[in-house]
Amino acid sequence: MMPDGDMRLPGDMRLPLAADKSPALSVSHLSKRFGDRLALDDVSFDVGRGEVFGVLGPNGAGKTTAVRTLGTLIAPTSGSATVAGLALTSENGVEIRRRIAIMPESPGLYLRLSVLENLECFADLYEVPEARDRIEHALRLMGLTDRARDASGSLSKGLRQRVALARALLSEPEVLFLDEPTAGLDPVAVREVHELIVGLRERGVTTFLTTHRLEEAERLCDRVAILNTTLRTIGRPDELRDKLFTRTLTVRTLEGLPEPDRVFGGLSAVDGWRRDGSAGYILTVSDPEVAAPDVTRALVAAGADVLSISESRHSLEDVYLELIDEEKEAAPA
Amino acid sequence: MRISWRRVRAIVRKELREYRRHGSVLVATAIFPVIFLIQPLFVVFMVHSATAALLEQWHLLLYMLGIPVLTPAILAAYAVAGERQQGSLEPVLTTPIRREEFLLAKALAALVPSVVIAYGVYAVFLACVALFAQPDVAVAVLRPPDIVAQLLLTPLLAGWSIWVGIAISARSSDVRVAQQLSLLADLPVLLVTSLIAFNAIHLTLALAVALTAVLLIADTLGWRIVSPMFNRERLISSTR
Repeated sequence: MMPDGDMRLPGDMRLPLAADKSPALSVSHLSKRFGDRLALDDVSFDVGRGEVFGVLGPNGAGKTTAVRTLGTLIAPTSGSATVAGLALTSENGVEIRRRIAIMPESPGLYLRLSVLENLECFADLYEVPEARDRIEHALRLMGLTDRARDASGSLSKGLRQRVALARALLSEPEVLFLDEPTAGLDPVAVREVHELIVGLRERGVTTFLTTHRLEEAERLCDRVAILNTTLRTIGRPDELRDKLFTRTLTVRTLEGLPEPDRVFGGLSAVDGWRRDGSAGYILTVSDPEVAAPDVTRALVAAGADVLSISESRHSLEDVYLELIDEEKEAAPA
Repeated sequence: MRISWRRVRAIVRKELREYRRHGSVLVATAIFPVIFLIQPLFVVFMVHSATAALLEQWHLLLYMLGIPVLTPAILAAYAVAGERQQGSLEPVLTTPIRREEFLLAKALAALVPSVVIAYGVYAVFLACVALFAQPDVAVAVLRPPDIVAQLLLTPLLAGWSIWVGIAISARSSDVRVAQQLSLLADLPVLLVTSLIAFNAIHLTLALAVALTAVLLIADTLGWRIVSPMFNRERLISSTR
């Protein structure tokens, strides 16, 4: 379990879950080695049911290896996991794959078959009951009804991705793994996939999403993990920002304050300040909502013409880059 | 282990649909039957009635056993390497399908068209000989024991060729290499059937029974031998 205040622990990075809900995924000290190359190293986390869990990381960070391992396509070298309530063992492989669905980075459709024929094949592979109804529903959900008879090879990349998502939803999985679902898509197709993921969350489907797109993770995921062979950190996007960066207020005035230390130094809500240009100040605060009114009153009392007071926002990209940069600096030369 | 016939059927149906729409596979599977049909027909129609007795020394029908040896080799070699090459293997392996079901489906999908093509070509040959060859030639060629042997050995030879092809396909990353290796691997069998056809190996009842038994055992064991060669992890992650 992850204690408060300690953002990065090497092994176990699990978050507390509601007592009445077993996690959809529970990963404990999982490692995977390919020959001499370590792809995953001592990774631990839990994913709650209905959660959209994002995994961010650079190329070769082990994101796809994590998906394939949890999807029973490859065996872990060490460690253990529970997937959709079943222990990750080769004996449980068939039953685990029955309960989950994986959408690989490449759609992998049968290009000579129509969209409908692709879905028929997978409906039978999952042995879904009332396959015809499920297929029609999946086609409707993905907006593919009028393309059902088209050869998959004639579809655009975005449409193929949609077919792959329809295919993944046929079995109504408990856990859905999406490996870079928007890679190589144009902005319109990306937006469509995002809307679909939001729709899945509303329907309570647990989603394990790997992505390069930080804004995608920030927008869609309840929690994100930053992976680079080892798990670097895990948490809600805003939580990660708060833990990694001090909270600040940015103040802009019409002209520079003659004695800024007198204005800001006497405020208990302000921990410190520094200049940002000739008429800008960055204040370090512990609680921006408490500090902002105090700062405003102090500036007005000092006769300053206040242009703006705003909380500085760090993006998930800042968090990501900070962590990756730290790792590069820590790596032996 | 419980086999899901629904999953097996799904793969078989998908394969048959793909064969129909895959031009190069259709052409490749059509070449061998044509080659193995033309030569016996040529022999039959060039032989005069007076020399028909020469044909009695040969088992011309058995020469056509090359069709069930070579035709399925092309299809089986595509089975795993083809899926891998077009990127469709990973999505299939993420479903609950067992490797035994997958391989059985692939084998059946190659067996059905191969046997249908082989029997179809035999039927054409038999019809041509019965209808258009000189009566003495027809009698010399159309011998009931040869026809029975041909009908029995065709699925058994195809089964052997398919397991060899799938084994090679499961270890290859390139379809063309898999097809070439499969054809090479089937040459010894083709040599045996040709030597029997031209009486270089004298076919006796004992030899026929022994050949049938060996093929039956090979076909039965083929599934068990090939299954461990199908390694999900290696196929997905390309590690060796």
